[in-house]
Amino acid sequence: QQPTQFINPETPGYVGFANLPNQVHRKSVKKGFEFTLMVVGESGLGKSTLINSLFLTDLYPERVIPGAAEKIERTVQIEASTVEIEERGVKLRLTVVDTPGYGDAINWICICLFNTIISYIDEQFERYLHDESGLNRRHIIDNRVHCCFYFISPFGHGLKPLDVAFMKAIHNKVNIVPVIAKADTLTLKERERLKKRILDEIEEHNIKIYHLPDAESDEDEDFKEQTRLLKASIPFSVVGSNQLIEAKGKKVRGRLYPWGVVEVENPEHNDFLKLRTMLITHMQDLQEVTQDLHYENFRSERLKRGGRKVENEDMNKDQILLEKEAELRRMQEMIARMQAQMQMQMQGGDGDGGALGHHV
Amino acid sequence: EFKTDLANINAEPEPRSLSLGGHVGFDSLPDQLVSKSVTQGFSFNILCVGETGIGKSTLMNTLFNTTFETEEASHHEACVRLRPQTYDLQESNVQLKLTIVDAVGFGDQINKDESYRPIVDYIDAQFENYLQEELKIRRSLFDYHDTRIHVCLYFITPTGHSLKSLDLVTMKKLDSKVNIIPIIAKADTISKSELHKFKIKIMGELVSNGVQIYQFPTDDEAVAEINAVMNAHLPFAVVGSTEEVKVGNKLVRARQYPWGVVQVENENHCDFVKLREMLIRVNMEDLREQTHSRHYELYRRCKLEEMGFQDSDGDSQPFSLQETYEAKRKEFLSELQRKEEEMRQMFVNKVKETELELKEKERELHEKFEHLKRVHQEEKRKVEEKRRELEEETNAFNRRKAAVEALQSQALHATSQQPLRKDKDKKNRSDIGAQQPGMSLSSSKVMMTKASVEPLNCSSWWPAIQCCSCLVRDATWREGFL
Repeated sequence: QQPTQFINPETPGYVGFANLPNQVHRKSVKKGFEFTLMVVGESGLGKSTLINSLFLTDLYPERVIPGAAEKIERTVQIEASTVEIEERGVKLRLTVVDTPGYGDAINWICICLFNTIISYIDEQFERYLHDESGLNRRHIIDNRVHCCFYFISPFGHGLKPLDVAFMKAIHNKVNIVPVIAKADTLTLKERERLKKRILDEIEEHNIKIYHLPDAESDEDEDFKEQTRLLKASIPFSVVGSNQLIEAKGKKVRGRLYPWGVVEVENPEHNDFLKLRTMLITHMQDLQEVTQDLHYENFRSERLKRGGRKVENEDMNKDQILLEKEAELRRMQEMIARMQAQMQMQMQGGDGDGGALGHHV
Repeated sequence: EFKTDLANINAEPEPRSLSLGGHVGFDSLPDQLVSKSVTQGFSFNILCVGETGIGKSTLMNTLFNTTFETEEASHHEACVRLRPQTYDLQESNVQLKLTIVDAVGFGDQINKDESYRPIVDYIDAQFENYLQEELKIRRSLFDYHDTRIHVCLYFITPTGHSLKSLDLVTMKKLDSKVNIIPIIAKADTISKSELHKFKIKIMGELVSNGVQIYQFPTDDEAVAEINAVMNAHLPFAVVGSTEEVKVGNKLVRARQYPWGVVQVENENHCDFVKLREMLIRVNMEDLREQTHSRHYELYRRCKLEEMGFQDSDGDSQPFSLQETYEAKRKEFLSELQRKEEEMRQMFVNKVKETELELKEKERELHEKFEHLKRVHQEEKRKVEEKRRELEEETNAFNRRKAAVEALQSQALHATSQQPLRKDKDKKNRSDIGAQQPGMSLSSSKVMMTKASVEPLNCSSWWPAIQCCSCLVRDATWREGFL
């Protein structure tokens, strides 16, 4: 596409580097984009549905949701699924990092979950650092987490202690975007109140969330207005759905209730569109902030430490103790199992020699 | 004869049923019972367990169509605590003493291991209070304010998936102590199809994990049918609201959304009406009865068995509970007394021991003191001796000095004509000093000064004096000495 601004090359004084943006555009289309999104929140808040709605695809085709009994002692795992989606020639390699099990366990396992997630984020930074410092830097894959959607439950009065603790643990490592899930449970008044409460609590606890950059002064008014609206709506309260419902004569994505239809893409019903706009228009900015702020922080800390493997120094003593206890328990179990095995072997040995039916 | 009659009466297995010839009037008995209990008033206690903000207070307000003043709970409670609030309500001529107990802070802590414990402790405490009242010698049960929990409404978060692990663990701990009615809170976030699946999943999980929830009774024909239908609708998906919205041409309690209005009392929208029917209008009395005859009795039996009671001893003579209780009490008190005595004895012994020790120490100290005193006196004596010796020697020296002076005065007469030859004298003196055998002059001066600061040592001092006697004639020596 020849933009019309770049006039006839024969115009006197025309050099031609005004063509650079075009070249950048072409090259980036060819290269493709990478984006890693981490999704954290309690089970049942609609995370998977929202991701599917955002990218209009099904990232979780074979999903198995465990029952309550299995969740009692469930540890947190990290599941990363990568998909390649394309739109008008632009390729996006999207990685969604899921954290199933967050908030499920009711005991000490809950506390270890922070470390699992933080280690994952650090590992990605570590890998990138390693690649960046390597000799062959042709194919550096950027798996660093660019953005983290933190899902806040709409059923409470604000942030829970777990929310505060977690966000404080990762706010220096990743861009946090707080999201109020299942927003169709809140009336408009309740929504405003909850948003304000959450913002107050975020400020109270000094949690650093991702701030949209202000629109440049040379941008047009619409864009400025849009940015202003976006900034005013944080945290976004969203409803997700991929079901098509018939409403007002047309098919829309929404949720059907006896009392009405919640339309996902209706800005009066919820902030889904705002969230999507923010994510798309600021994808580049999210990556930049990750690169320039979080990664650089990590890198300088890491190099100061002089090449040793990073030990998370703000780990609570309690956490360390609990982890050690867990390890001890595991060792004990292993020993018990080995003992049982040995017993069985011994029994098997003199089993025919007249063992008095002594059961192990 | 009297005895055999009694025996006959006891032996008769079943009473004969007779038919009446006319209207007697004892069919008014239930009414009498009713009117008595109406005058007395009823008490009903509800326990609400659920996450903070899940809508417990709002639902209570909606159920009883009033506003119970409660402040919004914070998410940052350190642990679960139970908050009971009692209200006096009246409808028609029936008075109800309603107590609503809230489990504040439930589900907020990061470590939820022990979240159920304060709840269980509270329920047990109410049973205990009732038991204590029942066992009293002079009791007033008719007056007693029954605080035992009659029903526990367990609020399930509407995730749409399944129960949370905390729900399962807590309900298992509560099901043998209280009637549990599980309800799905804030149900306007679940669509109809999701709700159906959700309910099946929840009931399935409850059954497979052996959780006993309250079943609406189906033995009374009057209510059997409706109760059976309702049992199939558990858990009830409820929506609460105290705000009124205009629908059609009347005001109804509802929640207004941009996409529609959820009406609380519309059975198509949620199960609120079903809950109200079951909880208040149909089964309230059954809930109270079940609490008393099943849960309380279980508690009572366990407690008494713990204390060592049995229903009957070897001769199958039923123990009088009161007697056994008294006997146990006496035993306990005597045990207590014995222990007290023991402790007192121990204390006395300890005191005696310590006293002895202290006395011993005192004695030792005295001894030491005496010993030291003696030593000190000994030293003093020695010092006295030495001093005397020194005095003697000083005297001796003084005598000597006097003698020397006498000699000096003689010498002075002899040398008074040659006062100007000091220098020469000096030289002579040093020469003389060097020539003299024994000590030199300077060393004798040193001796003098030494004698004045050091303890007297006759052996070094006396020879100095002895050999200096020949220097006595020299004027300068005399000066130095003086």
